[in-house]
Amino acid sequence: MTSLLQIRDVSKRFGGLTALMAISYSVEKGEILGLIGPNGAGKTTLFNVVNGFYPPSKGDVLFKGERISHLQPYQICRRGIGRTFQVVRPLQRMTAFDNVIASAFLRAKDKAAAEKVALEVLEFTGLLGDRNLVSKGLPLGKRKKLEIARALATQPEMLLLDESFAGLNPFEQNELIDIIRKVKARGITIMIIEHHMKVIMSLSDRVVVLNYGEKIAEGTPKEIANNPLVIEAYLGEADSA
Amino acid sequence: MKKFMPLIILAILCLLPLAGLSSYIMHIVILVIMWSIIGMGWNLLGGYCGQVSFGHAAFFGMGAYAAGLIYYHLGISAWWGLLVSVPVLTLSSLVIGFICLRLRGAYFALSTLALGEVLRVTAANLVKFTHGDLGIMIKQRTWVDKTWYYYIVLILAAGSFWLIKTVTESKWGYYFVAIREDQDAANSLGINTTLYKTIALCLSGVLTGVAGAFYMNYMGYIDPTTVFPLYDISIVTVMVVMVGGVATFWGPALGALIMVFLAELIRSMPKIGAAHQTLFGILLILIIIFLPNGVAGDLRKLTRLFKRRRPA
Repeated sequence: MTSLLQIRDVSKRFGGLTALMAISYSVEKGEILGLIGPNGAGKTTLFNVVNGFYPPSKGDVLFKGERISHLQPYQICRRGIGRTFQVVRPLQRMTAFDNVIASAFLRAKDKAAAEKVALEVLEFTGLLGDRNLVSKGLPLGKRKKLEIARALATQPEMLLLDESFAGLNPFEQNELIDIIRKVKARGITIMIIEHHMKVIMSLSDRVVVLNYGEKIAEGTPKEIANNPLVIEAYLGEADSA
Repeated sequence: MKKFMPLIILAILCLLPLAGLSSYIMHIVILVIMWSIIGMGWNLLGGYCGQVSFGHAAFFGMGAYAAGLIYYHLGISAWWGLLVSVPVLTLSSLVIGFICLRLRGAYFALSTLALGEVLRVTAANLVKFTHGDLGIMIKQRTWVDKTWYYYIVLILAAGSFWLIKTVTESKWGYYFVAIREDQDAANSLGINTTLYKTIALCLSGVLTGVAGAFYMNYMGYIDPTTVFPLYDISIVTVMVVMVGGVATFWGPALGALIMVFLAELIRSMPKIGAAHQTLFGILLILIIIFLPNGVAGDLRKLTRLFKRRRPA
């Protein structure tokens, strides 16, 4: 059986800067794959390639066996990949409800159906009580949830989460971990970029580590935690300190 | 009550000619309604979809010339222009959209600004086709009395209002606003931003063009400087919507009412009249500072202002 998402030999160059160098790995259906690496390692660039914002300079991205690199973001979303942004980008002057309705229209036949999906998703993410608030006024924790709600409303098979935990307090973090577990329980595959090791280690089935645009390790959270290359990337060489 | 508001206002407007208003007042009212159509057109693209245009004179002028040219070349009634302007404006909006909608924000605004000017100069120089600066004159106007013109423009405005309301409350409306708020986010949520921006531009262009075609019939004379000007059409269009309220249903109509009456008032004042453009500029600055959402958008703020004054 082929993997849900295959990243094959993907490179991305911006002028002279190589942001991604020959990255290859797969995401299997139903798993949570953690993508980690120091700042500037190319994690968000990789998301942007998978999501269609950037065409890869070399290599291919395959979703359910179909080549999706060089498609537009909206076409990739239609094929079943939803994403959130590192810097939250809610549709500011719309209410939380309208935000989610706008994305639910992707698969809903009419407005009533879109509203139904939106209500369901808002309840799922615990935002039902805030649905009539303008999203600009929501606190960060709720805006992060709204990002996820919006992506879920497009009814994706796969969700790309870009640092959904950054800036959240421990209580909000635990809430979000629960939400992500529930998303997984629905059979949605997740690829998540995260800096909080606690989150990554407790959520991920497998972890891929990037450093300077290269994949330096791949494995279970336990393997990654003990991998000398990963420790070096995060903490520096043992004798150079 | 609120739901029937448009119908109540329409009913009142239908009865208005019975009030026996003078021909001059009727003229002003017709202009107000025409400007609300243009405002509604601009509002769809600039207010809801967030693509601010400084060149709506281009659409207005094309509509006016569509009506004028079929009369001038084919000798048929310029009223057919109301129909002819629809396909003409749809096609030209597609072409314009293909070029200008690749640009974002200020660059889009600048490209539309250039567009209006390009068309003005073109219309002035294609003398054989457009009769150049001499313009096009309808030899005999359909009616001397204003009543029928009034009802025609009222029907057009009611149709435009209904269209805007239907569109903005549908999926398209949600997509337009999503594009306004964040184009990249909208794109990654499955919205074909290029397609929906083009749809908004076409609808906006058609509404404005139909108003232009009406103008040709109503005024009976057009030339490049009256239908393609930057200030008198393009900028005033933006002002009508800004004053009335961007992305509101009633904003364009309110803005048209205020702007047209204000323009008449200021122009009729001795000495100050000559400076009406200056005064409009100052007004626009004041509105942007104190009522950034326009009269319709900041209604609550306005009523609070008046209520506070009363007890004192």
